[in-house]
Amino acid sequence: MTEKDPRNKTSPLIFERSQPGRRGTAVPEPDVQARPLDQLLPASALRVTPPALPEVPEHDVVRHFTEISLKNHHVDRGFYPLGSCTMKYNPKVNEMTARLPGLVDLHPFQPVSAVQGALKLMWELGEMLNEVSGMDAISLQPAAGAQGEFVGALLFRAYHTAKGDPRKKIIIPDSAHGTNPATVIMAGYEVVTLGSNAEGRMDPAALEAALGDDVAGLMLTNPNTLGKFESEIETIAELVHDAGGLLYMDGANLNALMGITRPGDLGYDIVHINLHKTFSTPHGGGGPGAGPVAVKEQLAPFLPLPILMQNEDGSYALDWERPTSIGKVHGFWGNFGVLVRAYTYMRMLGEGGIAETAKAAVLNNAYVSARLGDTYELPYGRGLHESVFSGAFLKQHGVRTLDVAKRLLDFGIHAPTVYFPLIVAEAIMCEPTETETKQELDRFCDAMLQIAEEAAKDPEFVQGAPYTTPVRRLDEARANRQPDVRFRAD
Amino acid sequence: MSFVPHSEADRQKMLRVIGVSSEEELFADIPEKLRLKGQLDIPPAVSEWEAVRILQELAAASRQLICFAGAGYYDHHAPAVVDHLIRRSEFYTAYTPYQAEVSQGTLQSIYEFQSMVCELTGLDVANASMYDGASAMAEAAMMARAIQKKRDKIVLSITANPHYRQVLDTYNLGLQMPVEIAPRTGSGVTDLDALKKLVDDETAGVIVQSPNFYGLIEDFEAAAGIAHDAGALLIAVVDPISLAILKSPGEAGADIAVAEGQPLGIPLSYGGPVLGLFAARQKHIRQMPGRIVGVTEDLEGKRGFVLTLQTREQHIRREKATSNICTNQGLCALAATIYLSTVGRDGLRRVAEASTQIAHYAYDRIVAETGLEPMFPDSPFFREFALKTKSPARDLIRRAAERGVLAGVALSRFPHIDVDDGLLVAFTEKRSKDDVELLLDVLKEE
Repeated sequence: MTEKDPRNKTSPLIFERSQPGRRGTAVPEPDVQARPLDQLLPASALRVTPPALPEVPEHDVVRHFTEISLKNHHVDRGFYPLGSCTMKYNPKVNEMTARLPGLVDLHPFQPVSAVQGALKLMWELGEMLNEVSGMDAISLQPAAGAQGEFVGALLFRAYHTAKGDPRKKIIIPDSAHGTNPATVIMAGYEVVTLGSNAEGRMDPAALEAALGDDVAGLMLTNPNTLGKFESEIETIAELVHDAGGLLYMDGANLNALMGITRPGDLGYDIVHINLHKTFSTPHGGGGPGAGPVAVKEQLAPFLPLPILMQNEDGSYALDWERPTSIGKVHGFWGNFGVLVRAYTYMRMLGEGGIAETAKAAVLNNAYVSARLGDTYELPYGRGLHESVFSGAFLKQHGVRTLDVAKRLLDFGIHAPTVYFPLIVAEAIMCEPTETETKQELDRFCDAMLQIAEEAAKDPEFVQGAPYTTPVRRLDEARANRQPDVRFRAD
Repeated sequence: MSFVPHSEADRQKMLRVIGVSSEEELFADIPEKLRLKGQLDIPPAVSEWEAVRILQELAAASRQLICFAGAGYYDHHAPAVVDHLIRRSEFYTAYTPYQAEVSQGTLQSIYEFQSMVCELTGLDVANASMYDGASAMAEAAMMARAIQKKRDKIVLSITANPHYRQVLDTYNLGLQMPVEIAPRTGSGVTDLDALKKLVDDETAGVIVQSPNFYGLIEDFEAAAGIAHDAGALLIAVVDPISLAILKSPGEAGADIAVAEGQPLGIPLSYGGPVLGLFAARQKHIRQMPGRIVGVTEDLEGKRGFVLTLQTREQHIRREKATSNICTNQGLCALAATIYLSTVGRDGLRRVAEASTQIAHYAYDRIVAETGLEPMFPDSPFFREFALKTKSPARDLIRRAAERGVLAGVALSRFPHIDVDDGLLVAFTEKRSKDDVELLLDVLKEE
């Protein structure tokens, strides 16, 4: 570990930089005659002890957050092959457009006559997303993929309730994202988990056996979390629809399919789209994202309130008169700033750039799979945009997937997603995305192969990784045992 | 153009290593008949410069107005340092901090954020944030139900933000908790006698907002007493700016506090992205939804931060998780942390005081000079109040917008309130005496 690297020194908390009486910024003084607070507000409502916020000068704030920022890995610094997360490059122009006056300073309750530009942007983005997904109607309101899933599950409920019975169960495969089962429960359904077949795909026969008139539908990621296209999707859609159910696509992996095929054409009724994955809006250290939900015509009446509409004169309005809508899921109209970024990106990609992106994402993954596949096992074979390797062969040396992940950090490369999906032992899930060069992919593959060699020759070295990061391996069990989740001054 | 970096030579080399002759072969698992035929109906690619022009035109088709609108969303000044720092690539192009050893910047900032939310709310623990104030309130109701096991009724004051109630109703479609609405008094605040009658041994949580939707101060202490007497929890919905000068929910006895964090340095951005604040008592930490960051040590004994208590979360617990939320509003939480660090203890009080001073000044002059009557003259307010209007408030707002003023929010646009119409007017430290004169001009014409 290089002690000289300033990134490796422990940074004080902003609270620990605080000194009584220091001020960071001048707040405008009211230019009207101020009155004593206790004349304006009841004394019983006033706070006696102010919140113990830090007291630091502005320059210290800048130094503090700059210093701690340097301890982050990020896409602008290096490769980020996190499976299912689509960590592609975030074009810088998006940050500029999202901050344009006239977009960034609109209050959500401005009259629609004063926000026509914002509404036009949302309308056109919705049209483009409908076209890419092969759907008829869309809500841009969900603030994240998980909230999009939740809207999807509530659409199941609203659709079936309108037909007289909400039904009881939703089927999901065992390879599904963890949010799927959690979402199903929040929507008031029971989870039926279906095993995958030897190819890592859904088995239509098993599905048929699980379907019934108490099943509201199926949530099926495509390509699934193994990166495999559900090639029986036509049969699957037919079975679900014949049983009166709906077919939902978790669109987390749309980067593999866009411009190649469309969820709507595959028989899906509902899809949520992660703009922070496929459409390049930055991840922000864990949000904000956006999870628009697109649907077939028969589900449009149930979409969240309000629905954006175009008037006959070409102007735009918000339609609140939707008696069968599931209601609102966000305080306002969704993560508008994220929508601006996705819109900018889609306009730059254009018609041709969309399929080109998917093809390169799949090419990059096939290349990584080809280079690593002889060393790291691929129990279910190569996927489209991502592949799931197994680190189980390293167990003979006492080395686990977790150790490989930590050792990769020493190469300036983020670890892949590990231990997911659950159906692969010691899973290593890699998604390179289309924006990485061959040289960067080679660097990653070389590092992975070197680590496999290190594991055989000197397993303890790999088990002790990482060595060059701002902190060494952290004790997560300790954090769980004695949760310390906040600073206290005393 | 796409952002694909490969030259033709790269492509060929890669295809050779893979052992195929074209990308088409890689898609062999997708049956031919399911492939897209023809082109997507999407406009052709534009250059970066053209994209900027298109966006500038869209921006120009919206109007920038002097903002007196609130209803949960306020036009405060964010010091330049906030946007400057959140634009660092290290923060905004990072993912959720799954690999803690290379995510200490994000993790430490979340720990600081949680600490600040605890300070503001006077509660013991806070999470890494929720999508917004509305979904935070819905998640708080679900958390109260999870804590109380055999109880599932929620009693919600009618004076809470009606959009929050709509979101609660949506979140509740599947869970079907009984939700009962406590009425208000003629003074615009929760009718505590009526509240007491609704809260019983079936009640898991009582939800009261202060300042309430009409800007008025509610009595959290009395509401907490009513909730606790019946064995229920009090969920307080607050305005984070007000907490610099108003008694904290923790002090007043609330068990869970939630808020819309947008006023803390986050731009209006037509309603999103925003930030849900969520805090609770220590004993309920394991039922709290969302990400939580905790302190630990590395193997050399150095302080470090990790995502903790993840056994509550869906990627481990799946259908037994406390919630399906699997991100936070990371960058917005960072913005709030930088904002609170920069304005600091003294500055947040100044922002709160300036907002309340200009609001009271404007109130007195509106009442004295425009002939418009306040809707609730008997109740103290923080920075926002409701006026009765002679013509529909919607029309008034439309006319004012023509003159560059966003005069407020029309109450007629909200469902679930027992007021047909009126104008809700809000103030921040950005509003000056001159701005108030403009507002008065607009209102005098009514």
